[in-house]
Amino acid sequence: MQSEPYVKSYLSEHYGDDAYRTLRGYESKGGFEGLSKALELAPEAVTEMVKASGLRGRGGAGFATGLKWSFMPKQSDRMKVIVANGDESEPGSFKDRMIMERGPLQVLEGILIGAWAMGAKRTYVYVRGEYAEPIRALEAAVEELRAKKYLGKACFGKKGFEHDVVIHSGAGAYICGEETGLLESLEGKKGQPRKKPPFPAQHGAFGLPTTVNNVETFAHVPFILGRGVEWFRERGTEKSPGTTLFGVSGHVERPGLFELPLGTPLREILGLAGGVRGGRRLKGVMPGGLSMPILPPSELDVGMAEELLGPKGSHLGTGGVMVMDETTCMVRVACVTAYFFRDESCGQCTQCREGTGWLHKLCEKIEQGRGSPADLALLDDVPSLMEGQTICAFADAAAWPIQGLLRHFRADFQAHIDEKKCPFSESFEL
Amino acid sequence: MTPETRAQIEALFERYPQRRGALLPALFLLQAEKGWIDDAGTRELAALFELEPVAVHEVVSFYNMFYSEPQGRHHVYVCTNVPCSLRGARSLLRGLEAYLGVHAGDTTRDGRITLGHEECLGSCGTAPVLRIDGAYHENVDFADARRLVDGLE
Repeated sequence: MQSEPYVKSYLSEHYGDDAYRTLRGYESKGGFEGLSKALELAPEAVTEMVKASGLRGRGGAGFATGLKWSFMPKQSDRMKVIVANGDESEPGSFKDRMIMERGPLQVLEGILIGAWAMGAKRTYVYVRGEYAEPIRALEAAVEELRAKKYLGKACFGKKGFEHDVVIHSGAGAYICGEETGLLESLEGKKGQPRKKPPFPAQHGAFGLPTTVNNVETFAHVPFILGRGVEWFRERGTEKSPGTTLFGVSGHVERPGLFELPLGTPLREILGLAGGVRGGRRLKGVMPGGLSMPILPPSELDVGMAEELLGPKGSHLGTGGVMVMDETTCMVRVACVTAYFFRDESCGQCTQCREGTGWLHKLCEKIEQGRGSPADLALLDDVPSLMEGQTICAFADAAAWPIQGLLRHFRADFQAHIDEKKCPFSESFEL
Repeated sequence: MTPETRAQIEALFERYPQRRGALLPALFLLQAEKGWIDDAGTRELAALFELEPVAVHEVVSFYNMFYSEPQGRHHVYVCTNVPCSLRGARSLLRGLEAYLGVHAGDTTRDGRITLGHEECLGSCGTAPVLRIDGAYHENVDFADARRLVDGLE
């Protein structure tokens, strides 16, 4: 991993500095100014400030963070819980890994601000099990905060502000990134998503009132409190303020992370990543992780914010930008994609369990040159039978990329059927 | 389950409002003993958590990082999701299969290495990536991969 993004802004400004991971180093760069400000305010006022900032969740769905916080019951005789989602597993997304590893105290400060705002006594940071280094960084940071009494019975010296944080390792399952799948997993069960309602704010982790936010979302919060709503809104768009760490991968000269305002044109991000490798031509870009539909080269001027990508038939997702050059066989991309979703479907809903299998089988058949026009028609049909039919959004996530590939690269699928083989001899190996 | 493992697991209980919350961390501790989770371990853990053995087993079988069969002394995983595939991960995996004489998912005859492929490891900007015994090796080519594998006892 890079130690810092190629382009930095407020979030990643000090990621290259190892000392930023220690309390002393973090505080010397303004760390915990946000929490100090928050503790001068009433809890409700903190939530109002996060609402006014327009911060949207960075885990893929883009829900308004302040609004989510306001769903927590004000009075409750049950312990209120925060869950920080660090189960980053979306193919093409690798920002949370850097944020947790290089800025663990940002995440924890954001959590403490949330804990003050929502009256939560306990946080579970659920980190995917493969992320050994981020887990170590967060655990070390939690230890230091406990030792310095920033966590405990009176956090940050504030009487009555009790909070503790547990770092919890996942064990390898994409579906545990879905918030209720994560809650099931946290409870020691298979990560099968729950039906909603009840929503986590009423019945979340261990049946307790719970708010789940992505770890990057928490990392932005100290800056909103510390520097103010107006400052935060100077970056990004009206509807999607602030920056994010865009991850660029695939066929570019300089893959990696770039911290840029939301709304930055896709073309600019590609340029910063050095453009398409070897001077080749661009074939397509998945702009928001593997779950989001691909865009053709004609859409490069789109701004990378949900409200701008939506009308182009895609979504911001996690901001994982996957670039494919002219050698790429899009049927192979479909095969890899469909295999992934088939493998990771939790199996709970029939439409998803069966549908992901059908998608994979059809893509593979077409890729191997055994596909017929009827198979292509079936491939058109299956996603529409999955989308919106299941307990969670996983089936949509499995259907959308296939629909996107068919929408923009139907010719690739047709060519396999006509020629009875894969015509892309220079494509990546399957 | 050794008394030490049991004690480590019992120390986890207080972190969760319900004991079962400690099941995933407990499975990691149990698995560290011999590299996989056998039936006896499953039963002992089930008793400790006041669960039916099948409830523990279904958790073991759901997650990729738990093993209910003996494993090689080392795990070598290659990420083969889209970002890594675009940068040659599948050629790399084929190369390792040929070099080690096993298919992905199998263990070498001498019990030295279990080779596998994995879904996205969050190393898309430094692809391809290998995960060997839990540690990431990024931006690797086949020569790097062979050298890393040769270094495993």
